[in-house]
Amino acid sequence: MNTASFVAAVDLLEPLSYGFFRRGLTVAVLAGALCGLVGVYVVLRSLSYIGHGLSHAVFGGAAAAAVANVNYFLGAGAWGIASGLMIGRVTRRKLLSADAAIGIVTTASFAAGIVLFNKFGQARRSIDAVLFGDILGVARSDVFAVVGVGIAVVAVVIGAYRPLLYATFDSEVARVTGGRPDLLDAVLMVMLSLTVLVTMRVIGVLLISALLVVPASTARMLTDSFARMLVIAPGIGALTSLIGMNLSYHVNTSPGATVILINACAFLVVFLSTGRAGRRRVAHVHV
Amino acid sequence: MLEISHLSCSYGGPVVVDHVDLHIRSGELIGIVGPSGSGKTTLLRAILGTVEPLHGSIVKPDALSVAYVPQVETVDWNFPVTVSEVIVMTMRKRSWWPGISKTERAEVDDLLERLGLGGLGHRHIRELSGGQQQRVFLARALARRPDLLVLDEPTSGVDVRTRHEILHLLTDLNDDGLTIVLTTHDLNGLAAHLPRIVCFNKTVIADGAPIDVLRPAVLEATYGAPLEVLIHGGMPVVLDHAPSLRAVPKPA
Repeated sequence: MNTASFVAAVDLLEPLSYGFFRRGLTVAVLAGALCGLVGVYVVLRSLSYIGHGLSHAVFGGAAAAAVANVNYFLGAGAWGIASGLMIGRVTRRKLLSADAAIGIVTTASFAAGIVLFNKFGQARRSIDAVLFGDILGVARSDVFAVVGVGIAVVAVVIGAYRPLLYATFDSEVARVTGGRPDLLDAVLMVMLSLTVLVTMRVIGVLLISALLVVPASTARMLTDSFARMLVIAPGIGALTSLIGMNLSYHVNTSPGATVILINACAFLVVFLSTGRAGRRRVAHVHV
Repeated sequence: MLEISHLSCSYGGPVVVDHVDLHIRSGELIGIVGPSGSGKTTLLRAILGTVEPLHGSIVKPDALSVAYVPQVETVDWNFPVTVSEVIVMTMRKRSWWPGISKTERAEVDDLLERLGLGGLGHRHIRELSGGQQQRVFLARALARRPDLLVLDEPTSGVDVRTRHEILHLLTDLNDDGLTIVLTTHDLNGLAAHLPRIVCFNKTVIADGAPIDVLRPAVLEATYGAPLEVLIHGGMPVVLDHAPSLRAVPKPA
């Protein structure tokens, strides 16, 4: 079968005729770019475990919001932001180690979400959709939410570019020279929580952390410049989401899992093609 | 410039800095020497304001601009930044665009030239030698045009030539009027060349010119081990006598 007949047989553009797919694709591509952008800070600050934990915390919030019949973004968002700020505060004040704080706050929240779904939710289907992503669940409001959060995050990244870079690279000296790394940590936690919130419906709770880590790590192998990383990582996140979403439709697989697999393939290709330089750069990324 | 009175600090456990009195005058170049774990870095952090005093006070002018050069060992050399990016991250941005403006670029180039790093602005920080890396962080500190420059172990892990370069650079900056406080382990290579040194172990053991301070009794009180001092060319040279291996009996 040649390429033309393959395209004719599969009809690559067919899914775009469905409104639900267009919405899902839009959210996935924007979410991929958003996760790539925020992921640069996650990877360089070794916060991937927090990203993973926050997605679980937001799941608890989503379940509580569903049970209480409160708007998803309001309930899950408030829960996620509160969890993020709590983890940051507990860690900063050294009340607990970061790992313990994340483990306790987020797993308790996740467990609460499961129990709430078991008891009051639509059980099986809802849980699967939240854990692994579900393109059918994407509404118009999700598109607005991801666009809104995307604009806010880009504004923060541009407006606070140098303070964020300084606090990421050298927080102690930033504090000495009048910077406010604690405030910037809190801003980053809010950005991370909101990113997880608007990405969760398509990618799923269990796979969001991969979308935060993999595009940024791939970008790290391609450049030694922080500024360029902030452009390359969102580009990879958006492109892999575009490919992954289309592929998931045609091969009938979970969109979240397919997007992450495409990301893993991209990482592998870059890892093998950038040689020693790429491997050296990514070897020092603490995820 | 800085009046430290009865200063004590801790991190919630035992006292790390105990009843320190120190007066730092404008235009001085001071080295704080002492063994590892003696509280030197904590004293610096108290001066910088990142450690709250348990007791006592540090009085300094409200408008005092302080810059800090951390130990190079604490820097992530694989972080994706170039030399220019490191230096501008401390500058106040004058426009909304995060990139380096023409004015900033000219300031950075000027600083790099002054510190012997001309033409290295585009390099990644990992691609520099030990001395160049230390000078990049010195350039970042100087970009703020500080009144007081604080350095933690500036010659740690560098070779003899680099140590000389750093010493000369600090002396030149001090000659230009900059007040400098640094910590060091390096008694002969750095401390003995400074105009004033403070022997420190939780508290101030001795304070003054090297020739007056680097004495066996002071060093034993500071380091907890006997150290011999020779005077060579009018300067004190501290001899570190490690126990002779020949004195250790061979295993049967």
